[in-house]
Amino acid sequence: MSTTTATRPQTHDEVELDRVTIRFAGDSGDGMQLTGTQFTRTAAAFGNDVSTLPDYPAEIRAPAGSLPGVSGFQLSFANSEIYTPGDEPDVLVAMNPAALRTNLVDLPAGGALIVNEDAFTGPNLTKAGYASNPLKDGSLKSYTVFEVPISTLNARALEGLEMTSKQVDLTKNFFALGMMFWLYERSMEPTLAWIDEKFGKRPIFAEANKRALKAGYAFGETTEMFHTHYRVAPARLAPGTYRNVTGNEATALGFVAAARLAHRPLFYGSYPITPASDILHALSGYKDFGVKTFQAEDEIAAIGAAIGASYGGALGLTGTSGPGIALKSEAMNLAVMVELPLVIVDVQRAGPSTGMPTKNEQADLLQVMFGRNGDSPIPIVAPATPGECFDMAIEAWRIALRHMTPVVYLSDAFLATGAEPWRIPDLADLPDISVGNATDPNGFHPYDRDPQTLARPWAVPGTPGLEHRIGGLEKADITGNVSYDPDNHHRMTMLRQEKVARVADSIPDLEVFGPPEGDVLILGWGSTYGAIRSATMRLRAEGHAVAHAHLRHLNPFPRNTGDVLAAYRHVLIPEINLGQLRLLIRARYLIDAQGYNRVRGKPFKISEIEEQALRLLPPR
Amino acid sequence: MTALDGLSAENAAVIQLTRKDFVSDQEVRWCPGCGDYSILAQTQKTMPDFGYPKEKIVFISGIGCSGRLPYYMNTYGFHTIHGRAPTLATGLKAARPDLMVWVITGDGDALSIGGNHVLHSMRRNVDLKLVMFNNRIYGLTKGQASPTSEMGKRTKSSPEGTIDHPVIPLSIALAAEATFVARSVDTHTEHLQTTLERAGRHRGSAFTEVLQNCNIFNDGAYREFTDREVREDRMLVLQHGQPMIFGKDRDRGIRLRGLQPEVVQLGEGVSEADLLVHDEAAPDPYLAFMLSRMWWPDFPVPVGVFRDVSRPTHDELLTAQIDKAIAQRGEGDLAALLRSGDAWTVE
Repeated sequence: MSTTTATRPQTHDEVELDRVTIRFAGDSGDGMQLTGTQFTRTAAAFGNDVSTLPDYPAEIRAPAGSLPGVSGFQLSFANSEIYTPGDEPDVLVAMNPAALRTNLVDLPAGGALIVNEDAFTGPNLTKAGYASNPLKDGSLKSYTVFEVPISTLNARALEGLEMTSKQVDLTKNFFALGMMFWLYERSMEPTLAWIDEKFGKRPIFAEANKRALKAGYAFGETTEMFHTHYRVAPARLAPGTYRNVTGNEATALGFVAAARLAHRPLFYGSYPITPASDILHALSGYKDFGVKTFQAEDEIAAIGAAIGASYGGALGLTGTSGPGIALKSEAMNLAVMVELPLVIVDVQRAGPSTGMPTKNEQADLLQVMFGRNGDSPIPIVAPATPGECFDMAIEAWRIALRHMTPVVYLSDAFLATGAEPWRIPDLADLPDISVGNATDPNGFHPYDRDPQTLARPWAVPGTPGLEHRIGGLEKADITGNVSYDPDNHHRMTMLRQEKVARVADSIPDLEVFGPPEGDVLILGWGSTYGAIRSATMRLRAEGHAVAHAHLRHLNPFPRNTGDVLAAYRHVLIPEINLGQLRLLIRARYLIDAQGYNRVRGKPFKISEIEEQALRLLPPR
Repeated sequence: MTALDGLSAENAAVIQLTRKDFVSDQEVRWCPGCGDYSILAQTQKTMPDFGYPKEKIVFISGIGCSGRLPYYMNTYGFHTIHGRAPTLATGLKAARPDLMVWVITGDGDALSIGGNHVLHSMRRNVDLKLVMFNNRIYGLTKGQASPTSEMGKRTKSSPEGTIDHPVIPLSIALAAEATFVARSVDTHTEHLQTTLERAGRHRGSAFTEVLQNCNIFNDGAYREFTDREVREDRMLVLQHGQPMIFGKDRDRGIRLRGLQPEVVQLGEGVSEADLLVHDEAAPDPYLAFMLSRMWWPDFPVPVGVFRDVSRPTHDELLTAQIDKAIAQRGEGDLAALLRSGDAWTVE
């Protein structure tokens, strides 16, 4: 039905697609994260299922045009439920040669490549390490290339505005966004509204960005370059009210909700660290919820203050990434010894040491499990998706309060910055996690225990008659006095261990997706959920006896974990580390679990997991 | 007018506590003859004066001999980890502005491993009363040099003498913008009690250094100027608004010469009017800083309150921001918060 002609380019072919994956790539000053986020919001609000993967450098502004300065944002949107931001992009938008060079490797042959041809100048090509211009030398012939003079067209659209040429150039990402909106039949309205809100006080910038966006859209409509535009219908998601949410946003919301559900104020002590800082930013904006935030002088002060707040009866919370956990370890142990509720957030990033601060990894599991002196058990929970961060934040507090214990909440860079539509829960469906303070001086002992949960009483300062002393020295059972008695130390060590083991009494069984027994069980934890679930779906569609189970509780494990593992011929544990969960599973259940371990700072692709499972499956 | 006045007036009528009420059932286990006994005793004696019910008082300590003090106080107490007591105190005070929070620490705990936290709790003016026992040695680990040990001191860890220049605790507290800075001596019991009472009544960060004798590992560290026979000649008791006079016969004083203090003999053409007058409320800490650097034998060692000024506390500022947010936006509505952003409905 194409009616495209040289004179009337207004009508184009329309193609219906199930799923599209786009990657925006440009200089870190080019606004690629913003561009990606705007497209995501628009697609999500339209009703698509969406999954995103921001990929940005640690350097705030690496030299313009350089390879290390490239920032990318991949998003996938679909007409059905999706679990990952896509293995590879269908469309790559490259704003300069460096972005092309670092991202082209992921674009499959035949993929669409939209480039800002204005940026392919001699100096930029040199900075990107190109000996010749790839737009001219034929090296891109296996792709569908759209060369658009984005900078020139955008500058023309902004003519007459009193802005420097540099300011004009900063809006070209909105031109690219407008083009993509046209190409995928998306409304510009949400972004136009956002621009008004963002630049309301500086009308000239609002006008410039709006013009850039509309010019990009109009270009798509009128150019002869694009013969087709695409439609991805809304997904049939479960009924409910949705919003787009990143893991860090959902984490912060979950903690605010936990405080309401516990009927106690929230105190957050933190020190800025990538990729956890956004939790501090979000919580510091919730003062109307009584949330007290404290940007401490260091990681140690952040957790120290959180323990102090918990001692006073508040929900003492601290958050960091792996390097910060190293510094907090001694204080985490203090919380173990004094048995106060505390939640420690670890948004994992690639290590060791400073590692790759903005890149993803799951390699802190053993650190939070064992990285303290003495026998020091701490429960660990780990959300699997950005939206689930909300539920697991509440779950972490439920455990901390029920058992009077520190709890580690393990997120990671992919969850923290990745986004997905999140079905907003009904407040009435959220659990009551409140516990009471000790108040009765009759027979009060600071280390008496609840016979079921082994929690000691929470006796907060200010309560008459309960004056007592606690500290890091070993406690005598019941009285809590300092004790060096050998048998007492053994008893207390066992009690602390048993208390954490009893967390398993109140956590759900490990659920299996797929057949209850079969050839391969893929066992995962954390942000690998999407890739594993998608791979399992594909393998099952091909008729394989493959199942997926995903641990949200890593210490202790759900009670049925051993039975689940025993029902399959092989257990495959893919992790973005060198086999940390596998070590724990092997030690605990004495099974020969196989690992798939890659630490590239990136999430797994679905195809990788599929391939690994196929190796364990019987030949057909 | 101190910030505690309101509470005191209200509580004093109903609370009649004595020193005994603040003695816990735990056996005190410092070495016999340790200066810590006196500090504990003066602390217990001072407590009833504040009019606070004992359940509202919390003692938080770090690691070292001083760290054991909370076990001996019949209040709430928390013996934490090395150097970090101010951080727990900060969180506790933020969560519970109604409590009176004391931090008990030593020269190693406060100035070596915990130096950063002292700096930041003071600059924030966290409403805590920090008492630093300064014995110029690591006692609990059996005798290594501390950050206040004198240059060249021979210890187990410095057999040829330490090569680390010592720090002056009060100079550090002043540089950290502490709003209350004082010094006393373990054996000068009356002065110590008065000083602790002043610290307790201060609203904001109070830093009190107590010169304390470790009779096992650093015996007689301060004897040269603290002994009864010599102390009046070798120490200067600071009194707000009074000229700086010292000596058994009260015939010597401190005069400013250029930017330097000097010791002068009264008479011989020098009168009281020529002497420096102590001003603990001076907005700038120059005078207090100068005093903090005076030490025997060049000068008499000053004790008393060096600085006592007023600034909003950390918990007041934090609470004010929350109150303001609630006044402007109303009490947070969780359902509305969860729906913020671009929400859409799927039927």
